[in-house]
Amino acid sequence: MTDLLDPHALAAETPPRREPPAPFRDVTRSGAAFRAFLHGLPGVDQVGAEARTAVLGTRSIKTTAKAWAIDTAIAMVDLTTLEGADTPGKVRSLAAKAKQPDPTDPATPQVAAVCVYGDLAGIAREALAGTGIHVAAVATAFPSGRASRAVKLADVQDAVANGADEIDMVIDRGAFLAGRYLDVYDEIAAVKEACGDAHLKVILETGELVTLDNVRRASWLAMLAGGDFIKTSTGKISPAATLPVCLVMLEAVRDFRAATGRQVGVKPAGGIRTTKDAIKHLVLINETVGPDWLSPDWFRFGASSLLNDLLLQRQKLRTGHYSGPDHVTVD
Amino acid sequence: MTSVFEYAPAPESRSIVDIAPSYGLFIDGEFVDGSGEPFKTVNPATEEVLSEVASGTEADVDRAVRAARRAFTRVWGPMRPADRGKYLFRIARLLQERAREFAVLESLDNGKPIRESRDVDVPLAAAHFFYHAGWADKLDWAGLGPGPRPLGVAGQVIPWNFPLLMLAWKVAPALATGNTVVLKPAETTPLTALLFAEICRQAGLPPGVVNIVTGAGDTGRAVVEHDDVDKVAFTGSTEVGRSIARAVAGTRKKLTLELGGKAANIVFDDAPIDQAVEGIVQGIFFNQGHVCCAGSRLLVQENVHDEVIASLQRRIGTLRLGDPLDKNTDIGAINSAEQLARIRELSDVGEAEGAQRWQPACELPERGYWFPPTVFTDVSPAHRIARDEVFGPVLSVLTFRTPDEAVAKANNTTYGLSAGIWTEKGSRILKIADRLRAGVVWANTFNKFDPTSPFGGYKQSGYGREGGRHGLAAYLKGADQ
Repeated sequence: MTDLLDPHALAAETPPRREPPAPFRDVTRSGAAFRAFLHGLPGVDQVGAEARTAVLGTRSIKTTAKAWAIDTAIAMVDLTTLEGADTPGKVRSLAAKAKQPDPTDPATPQVAAVCVYGDLAGIAREALAGTGIHVAAVATAFPSGRASRAVKLADVQDAVANGADEIDMVIDRGAFLAGRYLDVYDEIAAVKEACGDAHLKVILETGELVTLDNVRRASWLAMLAGGDFIKTSTGKISPAATLPVCLVMLEAVRDFRAATGRQVGVKPAGGIRTTKDAIKHLVLINETVGPDWLSPDWFRFGASSLLNDLLLQRQKLRTGHYSGPDHVTVD
Repeated sequence: MTSVFEYAPAPESRSIVDIAPSYGLFIDGEFVDGSGEPFKTVNPATEEVLSEVASGTEADVDRAVRAARRAFTRVWGPMRPADRGKYLFRIARLLQERAREFAVLESLDNGKPIRESRDVDVPLAAAHFFYHAGWADKLDWAGLGPGPRPLGVAGQVIPWNFPLLMLAWKVAPALATGNTVVLKPAETTPLTALLFAEICRQAGLPPGVVNIVTGAGDTGRAVVEHDDVDKVAFTGSTEVGRSIARAVAGTRKKLTLELGGKAANIVFDDAPIDQAVEGIVQGIFFNQGHVCCAGSRLLVQENVHDEVIASLQRRIGTLRLGDPLDKNTDIGAINSAEQLARIRELSDVGEAEGAQRWQPACELPERGYWFPPTVFTDVSPAHRIARDEVFGPVLSVLTFRTPDEAVAKANNTTYGLSAGIWTEKGSRILKIADRLRAGVVWANTFNKFDPTSPFGGYKQSGYGREGGRHGLAAYLKGADQ
């Protein structure tokens, strides 16, 4: 396939590998070295990780803390539509909601970004002009990632050209599970390059990696390769975002910053539907990595239905009573 | 837009409990006045007096033992085992129904965080009754020989660290095996035992099967030394345990002692570090370290020492100390002024002996008894904080280089109640656990309890087991006896 798209592919020289940040510069010098490094990361005990998130899940967030958490969560939402049936009209309507999530209360914060397929990034860009809301596009043959690298890079370039300033790529899970870590690394590095100024979020699709040891290794791999964010899932595979997975990813970004000085963001996506879920994630951030990550610059929720539940809970705090689904807008 | 996520206060309402201004002794199914000087029980988080409680004298204890004997010979002993089981099931369900009440009362009287009393103490107490209820009519198949018979009257003395849970550990097996009970709760934490007395009445338990006599050390001594007691069960300090062993020696009484500990929590370099750090925290700061099996000696492999300690300190920095009734509190109050003084004294000794004390920036409430989570590094096995049981939120960190050294240091204690092993290597877990002289060895976890699992110690941590099949044996005699 590659040959068809690029007749010079075989003749072209392989570009030099992007170097990971210090002090890890030499870990990608060979496939064996990279494997040894990733497998040398401390293991994750799944029972322990689940126990930890279960305890944090019992935190009781009330009154002022709840109000703060709801507003913070709204500002962290990547409002998402990733359907085959998406149209310019649907994207414009989503953009309008992103700007003004709750028409009954202008004090409601805007969301962080609107997330669409690459071909609709231009529509989103136009609709969000001047708002400061980011346009995120999924790319690299989302959601499966099963295409040749040239196609994936073209997908990224197209989305950026259309106006996306954030790219959500998927890793090659097949290569990862087969142990070809350097292939995964090179691909992320190439996508990062194709992104130009756009921020790169690397989707690990943890539902297909299955073990928490794999989640930790994939997180480190993506960060070393230059990802600006690590993201749990495409939302097309179940289970998507879970608290133990998010815990392990937060530990990874925490340890990575301690070692390299570079801060990487985290985005759980898929399966987070209620305010309670969102608040559990904020508690998890607060008690795992601290307030440095409690900002839309460093933490996002990839979600579509979450926003409406946040708005309903926000209305409840403001008015003292619950309303119904007709008091928030359909997307 | 970085800002700080402050949790608003989320206190559990104390209106669910109704604390009487004074309590009597629970003897023969009735609350009666004690003949001793009543004493006050306080909320250690505020020093507020919660209630005044009767103090049992020798004469009161005698009344209680006679009631227990009567109940044993006339009602409880002859009762069909399946019917005894029904009472235990009923008690277990009532504990569940009134769980919130018990949790709030336990936190008020003891100072432990409501999260722990709600999620650990009370559910486990109910679980012990459920578990033993199931045994009541199956004792013939417990592997303890044919037709095991109850001993008679059990005199039980329990500590203040898990007041209701320790009551359940003692009362549930005693009743399931057909014995009757005279129980002496700790002086500083009598209230949940007295609420339990109410549950016994609610369950319609025949009078005299459970008798609760509150008081201090003298009351406990009267229970232990009473001639008509057939079985003594004690949980508490090694010092008191030794005097009980002396008092019981030469009598027909059966004895189980669950005493102190100085458990080693061993972290190997291939451990899952983040979870190991959680386990270290759970091991020593659970219940303010007022746990006989607390992982108070951290043995960490030298090549990961710095990494583990840095991670541990960061984690301790997130612990929330304060109002025990707040649902977000991790560390509550020290149970008494006396215990606080002992923790302070031993910590000062640790510093004087040359260990490095570390405590997080942590604001302590003005009233009440409080001690911040504390870590001592550079501890040598010769230091007192590596040998004496502190029974508080104080961790001593030692290092080792090889598995043999870890085992040698872990076993180098006069105690032997529990130990922990952290490694991703299954074969190492089995090999090390086999060589540790401790009654309970946890692997990649710590302070996990279950009624099906026997609990008890080696050496000065006591003898006998509680829980599981082994725990039943302590309350039964075989057909040959």
